[in-house]
Amino acid sequence: MTAVTLAPPRGGFGNAIARTLRDGGVITWRNLMNVRRNPELLLSATLQPIMFVLLFAYVFGGSFGGGAYREFLMGGIFAQTVAFNSAFTTIGMANDLQKGVIDRFRSLPMSRMAVLLGRTTADLAVNSLGLVVMSLCGLIVGWRIRGSFTDAVLGFAVLLLFGFVMSWIGAFVGMLAGKVEVAQSAGFIWMFPVTFISSVFVVQTTLPGPLRTFAEWNPVTAVADSARSLFGNPPLPGFERPEGWVADNATLYAILCCIAIFAIFAPLAVAKYRKVASK
Amino acid sequence: MGSRFDGVAVRAEGLVKSFGSTRALNGVDLEIPTGQVLGLLGPNGAGKTTTVRILTTLLKPDSGSAMVAGHDAVADPDAVRRSIGLSGQYAAVDENLTGFENLYMVARLYGMSRSQSRARARELLERFRLTEDGDRPSKGYSGGMRRRLDLAGALVARPVVVVLDEPTTGLDPRGRMDTWEVISELVDDGTTVLLTTQYLEEADQLADAIVVIDKGKVIAGGTADELKNQVGGERLELIVADAADLRSTARVLAEVGSGEPSTDVHTRKADILVDTGPKALIEALRRLDAENILVSDVALHRPTLDDVFLALTGHAAEEDSTDTKGVAV
Repeated sequence: MTAVTLAPPRGGFGNAIARTLRDGGVITWRNLMNVRRNPELLLSATLQPIMFVLLFAYVFGGSFGGGAYREFLMGGIFAQTVAFNSAFTTIGMANDLQKGVIDRFRSLPMSRMAVLLGRTTADLAVNSLGLVVMSLCGLIVGWRIRGSFTDAVLGFAVLLLFGFVMSWIGAFVGMLAGKVEVAQSAGFIWMFPVTFISSVFVVQTTLPGPLRTFAEWNPVTAVADSARSLFGNPPLPGFERPEGWVADNATLYAILCCIAIFAIFAPLAVAKYRKVASK
Repeated sequence: MGSRFDGVAVRAEGLVKSFGSTRALNGVDLEIPTGQVLGLLGPNGAGKTTTVRILTTLLKPDSGSAMVAGHDAVADPDAVRRSIGLSGQYAAVDENLTGFENLYMVARLYGMSRSQSRARARELLERFRLTEDGDRPSKGYSGGMRRRLDLAGALVARPVVVVLDEPTTGLDPRGRMDTWEVISELVDDGTTVLLTTQYLEEADQLADAIVVIDKGKVIAGGTADELKNQVGGERLELIVADAADLRSTARVLAEVGSGEPSTDVHTRKADILVDTGPKALIEALRRLDAENILVSDVALHRPTLDDVFLALTGHAAEEDSTDTKGVAV
């Protein structure tokens, strides 16, 4: 038998971070292997957004302004797609919990954050693939990147960052749900109001009273408008322009929202993970 | 290694845990000398899994203390995690990973290097007779193979204490024998084992000592033989050809056995605890024959977990009575 030397317990903040990243890397690998062995998992991450693009571009698009609407639409659908990433995380966490995999992880001397970090990182990778597929789909329906290269990179970076932090909400919801069947509805249901009451499909100024206020402050709106402005896609002609600090600083507000979401939900998710009990 | 924790590998004192208004554990004490196997017996809901979850740091007790391999499970859970291996009742195997990948992952998470992890994974596959299937996704494994893989996962870091939570529940007889063999090998290596089970027979085979818990309390402890003696004798079970004869059958059984006989009209079954085993069986059959009662089946069972519970608590091991089949003589 080969000798085994377990990593001695090292203290210190730096070591804790190194260990979290290392363990998180192992879990990311494990989750990506799961995707590789079950490529059908990618269907919802890629086909669903394509369906949304085609439905809105051609079913609703005609009434909303044709080509100009399709150009406007893409930034919104990007934001919606990355937001829906959280639902996959929700289902993934609930599945691990239900199968007892989380129990095994929790009985190992590994970082308490690693399972969450690995799950959200793997989902981020899946999300990136979804964005690539969507971008190609957008190019086909007439969407173009009209801004600078750096702006475009920043645009995708904000989208992915948003998808990543939404994933942490998803992880938290997944542990609350506990069961896959519950997670399947719990993961999606709150996404609909959050993504629809926003500037994803419509201009927020057309919404009535309270919905308009909600939409104006909705991080999804900021992410969608940030993508539009960074990709150089013009606002939809013939509608009142959104005003105010949020509208003028969509990218900054989007990034601040991401930081806030992470600051709230990462500790919540870790705390829940520490005491979550399967069954 | 014994001196490191005074020869006691696991010591739980006064464990109390409530979930809402339900008290799952109501002061559980147990102790496992280093290198021994303790069987923790009890019906579903008795508190077995809660005890295991506390000892493996998955759950914090409301009060009481748990020392595992010389470390406090509450104050220093990470040290406990480095010293234990857990194999749960659900076989926490990632079915999309191969056998090798599952073990490699666990080894990495114990902090081993990549090459160490690979070597350890191969070594364990070999030991658990999974080498041939080691590079196939474990989705295609049989129930027994999955359990073996899960068990292998618990042994990756050569833990001094191994906790097996109902390792054979849901396995077919062959899978069960397989698992028993592995556990016996562990014991030979000097590993301390905490084993929970619903099967008295399993604890009988594997455990040096048995602790029976019910409703969150330890209600009995000792060796398997000591427990069986507390139950006393065996259970004589008869099936009569005509349900109308059940009443007279019960009377006859009451004469040859001890305690109250029980009867069931649907299955035409009557049974009773007997002290003298085969002798009581012959006597019962002789008397029934004299009364012209036709018996269609007869069996003598070793005490089952149900009998132990009946004797110890006066109530049956509710939900899982169908699982606890005794050994027919």
